[in-house]
Amino acid sequence: MEIENLQHIATQVRRDIVRMVHAVNSGHPGGSLGCTDLLVALYFDVMRLKRDEEGKAIFDMDARDEDVFFLSNGHISPVFYSVLARSGYFPVSELATFRKLDSRLQGHPATAEHLPGIRVASGSLGQGLSVACGAAFAKKLNKDPHFVYVLMGDGEQQEGQVWEAATFAPHHKLDNLIAVIDLNGQQIDGPTNLVMNNRDLGEKYRAFGWEVMEMKGNDLRNVIDTLKEAQGRAGQEKPILILMHTEMGYGVDFMMGSHKWHGVAPNDEQLAVALNQLPVTAGMEDY
Amino acid sequence: MKKYTYTEKKDTRSGFGAGILELGRTNPNVVALTADLAGSLKLEGFIKEFPDRYVQCGISEANMMGVSAGLTIGGKIPFATTFANFATGRVYDQIRQSICYSNKNVKICASHAGLTLGEDGATHQILEDLGMMKMLPNMTVINPCDFNQTKAATIAIAEFVGPVYLRFGRPVVPIFTPADQKFEIGKALVLNEGPDVSIFATGHLVWESIKAGEILAGQGIEAEIINIHTIKPLDEEAILNSVRKTRCAVSAEEHQLNGGLGDSVAQTLARNYPAPLEMIGVHDSFGESGTPDQLMKKYGLTAEAIVEAAKRAIARKM
Repeated sequence: MEIENLQHIATQVRRDIVRMVHAVNSGHPGGSLGCTDLLVALYFDVMRLKRDEEGKAIFDMDARDEDVFFLSNGHISPVFYSVLARSGYFPVSELATFRKLDSRLQGHPATAEHLPGIRVASGSLGQGLSVACGAAFAKKLNKDPHFVYVLMGDGEQQEGQVWEAATFAPHHKLDNLIAVIDLNGQQIDGPTNLVMNNRDLGEKYRAFGWEVMEMKGNDLRNVIDTLKEAQGRAGQEKPILILMHTEMGYGVDFMMGSHKWHGVAPNDEQLAVALNQLPVTAGMEDY
Repeated sequence: MKKYTYTEKKDTRSGFGAGILELGRTNPNVVALTADLAGSLKLEGFIKEFPDRYVQCGISEANMMGVSAGLTIGGKIPFATTFANFATGRVYDQIRQSICYSNKNVKICASHAGLTLGEDGATHQILEDLGMMKMLPNMTVINPCDFNQTKAATIAIAEFVGPVYLRFGRPVVPIFTPADQKFEIGKALVLNEGPDVSIFATGHLVWESIKAGEILAGQGIEAEIINIHTIKPLDEEAILNSVRKTRCAVSAEEHQLNGGLGDSVAQTLARNYPAPLEMIGVHDSFGESGTPDQLMKKYGLTAEAIVEAAKRAIARKM
């Protein structure tokens, strides 16, 4: 897809995010806005997905013969839901039910309500890389040449299970696995290097046997180029890790550069300011 | 009292090993995982014949649970194996979120459960696993009693779609159930019919209950002995049908009283047909080192203890 079109989609997704969390006065806008470009690039350009004749994504829980994405840091569900809806997995109008009673759009992603596009629950951190390893292993067993993508947070790297999985993937030569860490440097209690310093994550993963790359997570062109380069480096018996440098809250100036918007919703005035910075473009509509 | 005999003793974990080997031959989607305990879980046969479908996870049980959940996405049927302690308490949140809440078709197969693990002591003798697993929505919990039943259960859970916790053990115990049995999840098995007292037993305590039934018969008491191999979903109908007849019951398990089979039986009776219930199990304590026989005796998980419990239950009948 043309980069300009992708940018329009990304802006619309950011509008969805701030409107969704504002509507229920809860949810996690900061990380969602920071990871918007990655998810838009994956679902609208990079990933090979099952689609119908109109180009709408079709959901297959088993993800046979298609790429698959897992969101490990489940609290950024607003961006996930918006991108899934706008990819065609479910009606965009359903975004209005986010976090409400009887909704398929739970606070954190869940399969229990059978929302198309979600394959595993996430929210309790540190579990997604393991699940992605299992899915990548299954693709190897099935001789399915597609990729498994997984996104984790940088604060999440403090969970021990992540390092169990980080040991597992190179040992089993899961070179169809592309993991991304959202390196926004923030977590709930403050800057990551003050809360619990992860130090050099690239060096750590390299030492564990991963191919390590970096990208500018809020530069769509760079995101797409890096993901395609990662695909080119796959198949060499090493899993691939991409350190994605992002700004939490990207796209809404007053939400950027602070952990304060990790799990806080904007009020009416703040929403108006945010939406002014995210203009609707031709062909896109709010839900 | 119906006569039960045996010609051979084997460990229930070997029943699992035999079952998964057969599954390997009949179901190409079955994958076996372990966390550095392939030998203890009797996976050698499977590994030899199906090395590509064997996933060594190293000593990282949390990751093994997540990998298992991921393997189901792609149509695999993962059997995640380790000791019962490391298969449950150590990885509760992984099972809760990635497997049960996500309703993944993962089979958690746990050996060395309970006191009969023996000399390794309380760090490894989990007595809370049935309770933890039965509390999880979507989870099916199975605790078979001998080699043949464990093998049959292993084969049966591959056909069933959904998360399963299959618990078995280390010591050799009599093989008294048929080699050709078809295992029906959730279906209690009446081993002996009797009017005086119902004995609901699971796992290793089923054989002890048969021995107890023989002792009781010698004293003129005919016990109804029921093998509850599936803790969840519980065969409430079988329990109630029996207690409506006997009007008192004993539960017997190698587990804490809190959260175990007895706890489930008590709920069933209290809600439907209140009747005296005596519970054989571990009373809110950890285990310790010793031989399996010594431990079962010290903690009161024997045929003799079941006999005494049955008499107390009968004495409490209204």
